[in-house]
Amino acid sequence: MTTPRRFVERDRNWHPPAYAPGYKTSIPRSPNQALVSLQNPSISELSGPDFRKLRMGPHDNDLLMNFRDEASPGLPVGERIILFGRVVDQFGKPVPHTLVEMWQANAGGRYRHGKDRYLAPLDPNFGGVGRCLTDDDGWYRFRTIKPGPYPWPNGINTWRPAHIHVSVMGPAISTRLITQMYFEGDPLIPICPIVQTLKDSEAVQTMIGRLDMARSRPMDALAWRFDLVVRGALQTYFENQ
Amino acid sequence: MEQPNFKPTAELMLRETASQTAGPYVHIGLALDVAGLPERDEEIWNRMAGEDAEGERIEVVGRVIDGNGDLVRDALLEAWQADSRGNYQAGFDLKAPFNSFGRTATTAAGDSEWVLHTIKPGSITAEDGRVMAPHITLSLFARGVNIQLQTRLYFEDEAAANDQCPVLNAIESPPRRQTLIARKESGEAGIPRYRLDIVLQGDGETVFFDY
Repeated sequence: MTTPRRFVERDRNWHPPAYAPGYKTSIPRSPNQALVSLQNPSISELSGPDFRKLRMGPHDNDLLMNFRDEASPGLPVGERIILFGRVVDQFGKPVPHTLVEMWQANAGGRYRHGKDRYLAPLDPNFGGVGRCLTDDDGWYRFRTIKPGPYPWPNGINTWRPAHIHVSVMGPAISTRLITQMYFEGDPLIPICPIVQTLKDSEAVQTMIGRLDMARSRPMDALAWRFDLVVRGALQTYFENQ
Repeated sequence: MEQPNFKPTAELMLRETASQTAGPYVHIGLALDVAGLPERDEEIWNRMAGEDAEGERIEVVGRVIDGNGDLVRDALLEAWQADSRGNYQAGFDLKAPFNSFGRTATTAAGDSEWVLHTIKPGSITAEDGRVMAPHITLSLFARGVNIQLQTRLYFEDEAAANDQCPVLNAIESPPRRQTLIARKESGEAGIPRYRLDIVLQGDGETVFFDY
């Protein structure tokens, strides 16, 4: 990977603002001061980790297999799905060998986390974490269970749409991105205060996974495609030196 | 009237996938031990330097504080730093003595401090020949944080280098520069410890960068 000289500037009106009062926790967790822009990003921002030597387990990207009830191992309950997509940059260039991580609730909307006290039960055969590297052409894939929606204390009756948290590194820490994939057609999407932190409805579309029947496995699993776009890498033609 | 050959730049490029908060359960995905999940054979975590790493072993610790002065107990931080000679070791390999990348988190219990076990980074000469003082780049993800907050940690015992650092000097307000300087403490077992609290909002608000 050659170090780019610059990345396309992040459009911070496209991304959600720090302060988005409909999402209550953002009120005390958003800076009041302006961000300080680095006019000349350095190697500190333009480089980032390469995870090709991270040793992955055989089921790290297969959530149907990577958490087992030791007493009575079986398959998790819920809609079996393949989640796949391509990581490209803003110029359409594939991003190979980059780390994609994901985590999610189970089919009932319950997370396997000490802090989640929702009454929907845990699934003894479901953990909810996956990771993989994109291949030579920028593709990644997971196998999992479609997560359920769940209630959370924001408004009096606020529910998250079904979503999978997706984390991608890209070629540098400048391209680092954590987002959430939502499922096309879910009526909870437009009424979710976290989705509504985005001002631009087109930006919301970048977070919606699409049902892909062609990639589904008959009598086995439906497929959902979620492509990720990270900041475009630029070479600089003219420098001061 | 629009020029026939004019297209706004945005139409010539794909738009970046929009960011969303990492949410309250980020640990399930990125800090399995904190979530109470069994760890995989290899995890990306907060021991960036092993016994054999070249350079001065240090611990870096801190808290994250919100606009009410309360502890943020569910933050995940990612660190990116050069080795003791000022070079980034990008090839992440748990068998290597030092990795430039690490993760840490504040926790629900106790003082809720994040910790990195690392080495003190060297200075870095930027493209334009100016020297950046030793620093650790930090990205903060948490519930209520819609897009990660990007900051830097500098060291109080590098005062001369800090005074010359082009990035610190890009911060217009001198008092605000101080929000990035970690204070030295005596740590356990003779390993120096540097402390930096990250204040998300209000008095003493940490400087966050766009780049």
